[in-house]
Amino acid sequence: MMSELKKIATRDGFGEEIAALGHENKDILVVDVDIGKSCKTHQFRSELPEQYINVGIAEQNGAGVAAGLATCGKIPFVVTYAVFGSLRMAEMIRQEVCYPNLNVKLACSHGGVTPANDGASHQCIEDMGVLRTFPNMTVIMPADYNAAKKLVREAANTYGPMYLRFTRDAVAQIYGPDEQFTIGKAKQLRDGKDVAIIANGDTVILAIEAAKALEAKGISARVLDMHTVKPLDVEAVAACVNDIGKIITVEDHNIINGLGSAVCEVVAEMGKGVVKRVGIQDQFGQSAPYERLLAINGITVENIVSIAEKL
Amino acid sequence: MKDISIKELENTATKMRMKVIDMIYKAQSGHPGGSLSAADFLTACYFYDMNVDPKDPRWPDRDRMILSKGHVCPIQYACLATLGFFPEEELDTLRKEGSKLQGHPSMNKCPGIDISTGSLGQGLACGVGMAMAGKMDKKNYRVYVVVGDGESQEGEIWEAANTAHKYQLDNLVVFLDVNHLQLDGTTDEVMPNGDLGEKFKAFGFDVIYLDGHDMAAIVKALDDCRAAKNGKPKALIAKTVKGKGVSYMENQCGWHGTAPNKEQYEQAMAELQAQLKD
Repeated sequence: MMSELKKIATRDGFGEEIAALGHENKDILVVDVDIGKSCKTHQFRSELPEQYINVGIAEQNGAGVAAGLATCGKIPFVVTYAVFGSLRMAEMIRQEVCYPNLNVKLACSHGGVTPANDGASHQCIEDMGVLRTFPNMTVIMPADYNAAKKLVREAANTYGPMYLRFTRDAVAQIYGPDEQFTIGKAKQLRDGKDVAIIANGDTVILAIEAAKALEAKGISARVLDMHTVKPLDVEAVAACVNDIGKIITVEDHNIINGLGSAVCEVVAEMGKGVVKRVGIQDQFGQSAPYERLLAINGITVENIVSIAEKL
Repeated sequence: MKDISIKELENTATKMRMKVIDMIYKAQSGHPGGSLSAADFLTACYFYDMNVDPKDPRWPDRDRMILSKGHVCPIQYACLATLGFFPEEELDTLRKEGSKLQGHPSMNKCPGIDISTGSLGQGLACGVGMAMAGKMDKKNYRVYVVVGDGESQEGEIWEAANTAHKYQLDNLVVFLDVNHLQLDGTTDEVMPNGDLGEKFKAFGFDVIYLDGHDMAAIVKALDDCRAAKNGKPKALIAKTVKGKGVSYMENQCGWHGTAPNKEQYEQAMAELQAQLKD
């Protein structure tokens, strides 16, 4: 655990890793839609101009251009904010990326409520839910800087349409630089026997802190970082049901159709176990500090602890 | 360029039209009107201009054809089958369960389809991506995109046009199939397009106006596009007739997405047969 280290936004991890990948493989391209600076592609742009495309403020077109490039063997990363990458482009991604199963990656900053001060228009709470319903799509949200770097690399080296969601704001560091990640395989950060807390992205740190607080109260919690929402690590969820039977999901996403829903789908079909979902309460946000936006929705260490105590 | 006369190309186009009618009649489903309006252009591309290899449909150096108006795929299926991309008998499976020949083209099901389409407005952006990749890889292939005039009401077409201009994609040719009809009525009634040629000029394209059923004009336009390596993408603004070649379908909105009955089928086939030249 490295949570004493300084906080870094996961978009920074993406920016550094995509530049490194571009140097290693000339087929890796960035397709920007004019918010590259904010999404951290400036290093790639200055070091690899031949592999850099900027289509302007034209997201739908960006998705289509990427699809065309992918048919020619390129590995384009379309870079934008989560709200535009998942919703403005949604139909183009469905028709021209997922249906033909092309090797296009959507790398989106500003996931969840992390663009806190920007307000509801820029906070994105629906993206993972929308995109996980598209056949062939993989949906990933790394928990920290090092996880972002590793999962971006995994995505670049794995064929198929993928959505990667990063944070605008700085988040705690959880993993060391040598940690390994496999797409579709949860990371167990702690084991426990009384409750399982399954989180992803910027809420993994809350799950860890809650587990520590619960430990002090004599409740032992298993913590999973479910960085891949689709394909979900069904085995890891099933193990939580079989070993513990009580699950709390935590996510910076609408409680409808995100990680919590994905976990509930597995648990409901198993016919045993109980799930409580912590996440955005199906409401739009506002301009406010990031921590306040989480608190308004009950996405706090205290709330996770309180739910665990009552389970 | 293949060695084929204008008359032979004209007869080929008529034969492709017959295959379209036959296919849609057997499926009792499909879009005859637009397939017939684009028939001469696709015939000229596939039988005169394009470098493709039926034995290696994903040959990296091939010329690409994108039907941004994906619903007119019966004409592309007719061309691909005739060239040997798949057995001609499979034309009878159009829109049937398990068929390569989906109602709208699917690149992973049908050999020779360069990108799946069907949702209007999206094909040009994909063509831009392919043309860009060609420039990056210093390949000489060309990319053709068939866009409907009704379809040009989609904003993404113009986003893609901007991008084609910025990246100087002179290897990209847009064929604007201006048949003046869309599903709900004439383009003037539904949403007037104005002068599409002037619009593409404003977006930095080389624009050629032509009769989209004049085979000699199409062939010349294709040659001119190949010759003009001037950093400008090309737009062929083709005046066409929806349903061209079948008298009762010509200029009729109702034949956008309707299959002929037995009597209509027989009449259409007889009319087309009569258009074949010795």
